[in-house]
Amino acid sequence: MNAIELQGVTLRQGGRTVLSRVGATIEAGEFIGVFGPNGAGKTTLLRAILGLLRPTAGTIQVFGEAPRNGARIGYLPQKRSAASNLGLNGRDFVASAYEGTRWGLPILGAEGRREIDWALETVEARELARRPLSDMSGGERQRLLLAQALLGKPKLLLLDEPLISLDPRYQRNVVDLVRRVQRQLGIAVLFTAHELNPLLPAMDRVLYLGSGRAALGSVEEVVTGEVLSQLYGAPIEVLRIGGRILVVSAHGEIEADAHRHDGHDHNHDDHNHDHA
Amino acid sequence: MPIATTGMTTTTTITTTTMLDYDFMRLAFGAGFAVALVAGAVGYFLVLRNLAFAGHALSHVGFAGATGALLVGIPPFWGLLGFTLAASGAMGLLGEKLRGRDVAVGVILTLSLGLGVLFLNLYTSSASQATALLFGNVFGVSRTDLAALAALGIASLLALAAISRPLIFATLEPELAEAKGLSLRLVSVLFLLIVGIAVAEAVQVVGILLVFALMIGPAAAALQLTSSLKRGVLLSVLLAVGATWSGIALAYVTDWPPSFWIATLGSALYLAALAWRRMKSGAQR
Repeated sequence: MNAIELQGVTLRQGGRTVLSRVGATIEAGEFIGVFGPNGAGKTTLLRAILGLLRPTAGTIQVFGEAPRNGARIGYLPQKRSAASNLGLNGRDFVASAYEGTRWGLPILGAEGRREIDWALETVEARELARRPLSDMSGGERQRLLLAQALLGKPKLLLLDEPLISLDPRYQRNVVDLVRRVQRQLGIAVLFTAHELNPLLPAMDRVLYLGSGRAALGSVEEVVTGEVLSQLYGAPIEVLRIGGRILVVSAHGEIEADAHRHDGHDHNHDDHNHDHA
Repeated sequence: MPIATTGMTTTTTITTTTMLDYDFMRLAFGAGFAVALVAGAVGYFLVLRNLAFAGHALSHVGFAGATGALLVGIPPFWGLLGFTLAASGAMGLLGEKLRGRDVAVGVILTLSLGLGVLFLNLYTSSASQATALLFGNVFGVSRTDLAALAALGIASLLALAAISRPLIFATLEPELAEAKGLSLRLVSVLFLLIVGIAVAEAVQVVGILLVFALMIGPAAAALQLTSSLKRGVLLSVLLAVGATWSGIALAYVTDWPPSFWIATLGSALYLAALAWRRMKSGAQR
């Protein structure tokens, strides 16, 4: 069964059409890198797959069903919670997401404790369980967020910019970890990012968004001057140098630019929702 | 406080009288316990949610309600409770939009205090009512007051327990909670209504101006002292009860106002916890 099927999907956010009649099929167990310029709709697409945003046209199916309350989906949001400034320990932070929508006291029970242990172990974060969040590095917090996303044993992981504001060394660690977990559990992954290169060794295929459209395929098929020029609506050249890919426009290197904009900002504006 | 001084002199006579022999002291300890239990538990989540200042502002809105109630001839506590509940409900509906709106919250706080002064002036020029509301009057708690405080306290603790699981989820991981189908607005409204009750209760002991010390001091100290959520809530409650009871006892002994002692102890707890945390992290480095 396919993990995700998009058929003629149109998504509108804040009065703007972000994606227009997009079709794509993502198979179970695939690792998909999701790219595109700011505002191309990466976060919007993830929110639609979660069922938080209804398409104005077309259908979205997740494992053959309409999306509902993120069922069978693990999610790592882009907006980092304010909890990272608190002195709470890693285990309690992860545990907050275990059946967190149920009413009543947060009593875990043996099964809950086992599942949290399993999630922490899977992301190699057992030593973080007792440490306060406020003392952790960005990479360590990212591992806890991944553990949280694994609770409930999802078959699909949606990871929204997990590499943002991480050093290149930690970026590789996170990509390697996600790849290993994805293989081990046989789950599908949608991984949004600004830079292509850190994900090259891990991705099965890429989904490139831009100008309301989407291109899905292998890196060789999609990351070409022709396809990207269409998506960016501007002339783009793709250079391959020593196993790295540089996406260049007349105005300079696009990916490096995008990264500079977002490097220190967790709340950039390719999504514009509020939680009131 | 003439009664308290009589108590002190009689301790020296053969019929040793302790402070607990006095009805007003037993009532004060009882009311202090009921209020501190709720304030400690609710305060912990207020600090966790970064809403300490909003909690402070709620009590000020209550001042306008309490004095307004005096003016129309109903018990001030019900006016206080009504206003804090209305204001906390509105705050809950605003939800995330409230974050970082300190100026707006401050303006409403000031306006409410101003209205309270006007109502008080129209009602009577007696300063004792104003002092009791602003700084609390725990030695003036009657048996009926205590019953009301205990009933409201139990109700708000039960409500807090009922929403605690989604409250923690929504507080620590709002985006994820929303994705899992939790209504952040519902959780926010329910929690702030409980805060409204807790604030109205706390005003009975420490008064409008000092609610912060009882609700935020012990909770913020607990967050510094333990990284465990469960232990944090328990510690926050223990510290709040400890500060309140010690404050009442010290007031009996010194004849200084209990609100002064509770405010001082609440603040001291936070400062001591901060110093302890600094020392601990300094030793690790």
